[in-house]
Amino acid sequence: MIGLGSVYLVAGLMFAGFAFASAGDRANVKRWGNAAFWGLFALSFLLGDRLGDLANGVLVIVMVLIAGLGGLGQGRPPTTDAGRRRASSERLGARLLVPALAIPLVTLVGVLGLTRLRVGGAPLIDGGHATLVSLTLGAVVAVALGTLLLRQPPGAAAQEGRRLMDTVGWAALLPQMLASLGAVFALAGVGPVIGELAGGLAIGGPYASVAAYCLGMALFTMIMGNAFAAFPVMTAGIGLPLVVQANGGDPVAMSAIGMLSGFCGTLMTPMAANFNLVPAALLELRDRHAVIKAQIPTALALLAFNIALMAAVVYR
Amino acid sequence: MLVLSGIVVVIAGFAARINALSVIVVAALLTGLATGLNIVEVIAALGKAFNDSRYISVVWLILPAIGLLERAGLQERARALIAGLRSATTGRLLTLYFALRQITAALGLTSLGGQAQMVRPLIAPMAEAAAESRLGPLPDDWRQRIRAQAAAVDNIALFFGEDIFIAIGSILLIVGFLAGSGVRVAPLALALWAIPSALAAALIHGIRLRRFDRRLSLALSVPRVLTGAPE
Repeated sequence: MIGLGSVYLVAGLMFAGFAFASAGDRANVKRWGNAAFWGLFALSFLLGDRLGDLANGVLVIVMVLIAGLGGLGQGRPPTTDAGRRRASSERLGARLLVPALAIPLVTLVGVLGLTRLRVGGAPLIDGGHATLVSLTLGAVVAVALGTLLLRQPPGAAAQEGRRLMDTVGWAALLPQMLASLGAVFALAGVGPVIGELAGGLAIGGPYASVAAYCLGMALFTMIMGNAFAAFPVMTAGIGLPLVVQANGGDPVAMSAIGMLSGFCGTLMTPMAANFNLVPAALLELRDRHAVIKAQIPTALALLAFNIALMAAVVYR
Repeated sequence: MLVLSGIVVVIAGFAARINALSVIVVAALLTGLATGLNIVEVIAALGKAFNDSRYISVVWLILPAIGLLERAGLQERARALIAGLRSATTGRLLTLYFALRQITAALGLTSLGGQAQMVRPLIAPMAEAAAESRLGPLPDDWRQRIRAQAAAVDNIALFFGEDIFIAIGSILLIVGFLAGSGVRVAPLALALWAIPSALAAALIHGIRLRRFDRRLSLALSVPRVLTGAPE
């Protein structure tokens, strides 16, 4: 069965490739920092389950120290210049789009189709991780198609991947680190404390309770970086006791619209790094918060809409 | 109350623009210590959480393919496709992508988009080319603004589309949580409540993209009128 283990193996090999290529990049004065950072990430993917918790914790802290002390540089792998890209684009024409569209297509077929395939009675891929397995498959197919169909040199994929990886830099670790912080918060029971605090602060009539719940969802989502972490806390702290029990609101409409109020918060916070900070790095924006700034007006208008909608429907 | 010290560190650290990874580690260590664990136990807890969260970073596997296609001229191809369409503007193109992204997400096809897969290689270059072919060379600050808009469209359309699909994580979380509180609810009832906000998101962001188009052409065509350069 193809599952998470195979996906981590491919990821580990890719990061090991980045580490080795970085070590040999004399154009980057911080090449050893890059090599160590991506090398440790490779180690985590390849051997994370055998290292034990304490060694993994030390690994994380060393990676963060490398990044925090400015140990990462921008690699300069060999690539094509603007002129050659234009020429190549005209020569290859629509063929260029084939591998690009193969990524979502293979992912989609994988998610919808491969989960039903069985080999010798056992499922071919692990249904619980179908999206990750399919995404990996899509990436591998696209590299193969790109190398063969577009006649790119064999080592180019690793070097080009490293070029983009160095563009993102240490921000690449942010989403996973924020998820880890969320897990530590959960372990420490941060949620219930916040829920009690919020429940104690929010007093009032039916409409004030709706506003407190929606704003609480948006704000706590901004702190935690995702609405999934905020939903149980705010719903137990404000939603169920005040909107439902004290004022007789409908828990179904409340929960659905409350979650969407949380999504408005996701659009406005650097804590949702994979949606807000990583794209800024990928698109080489000078302002790390440019994507958040572009989203804030829509997010605030939608939050107001959600509060009004819930107030209008939850007590009918 | 001491367990909230981590949250304070995160807010203060992000506001002071200290390296975000360092802020997160300090917040995690403080929170762990506040619960009475010793430093070794806290580091181990962080290590376990990190190891369990590796699936989040699997998304980077897409980079070698995207980089390889860029090397072969994919961004130039995307630009050329749009430069040939006279009626294409940045706002209209992004509105079209918004609609496609939102509808496919509502059908559960959330993997048909994304910042690394679609926005960097295709959507952002197309949005830039739509402005360039109509208005001439782009000043750098407008190029940056267009890219940020392209990233925002992908996020907003995804968030306010996926909740219409009954098997998405957030719907299942609500069903599970309410069941634990003694309220039985069908996923479909929750998904239906996502539709008004989805329509509102499309309307609000569509209007904003039209206004972005107007500001863009105003900003880029005024200097040309003043200098008397030909259209």
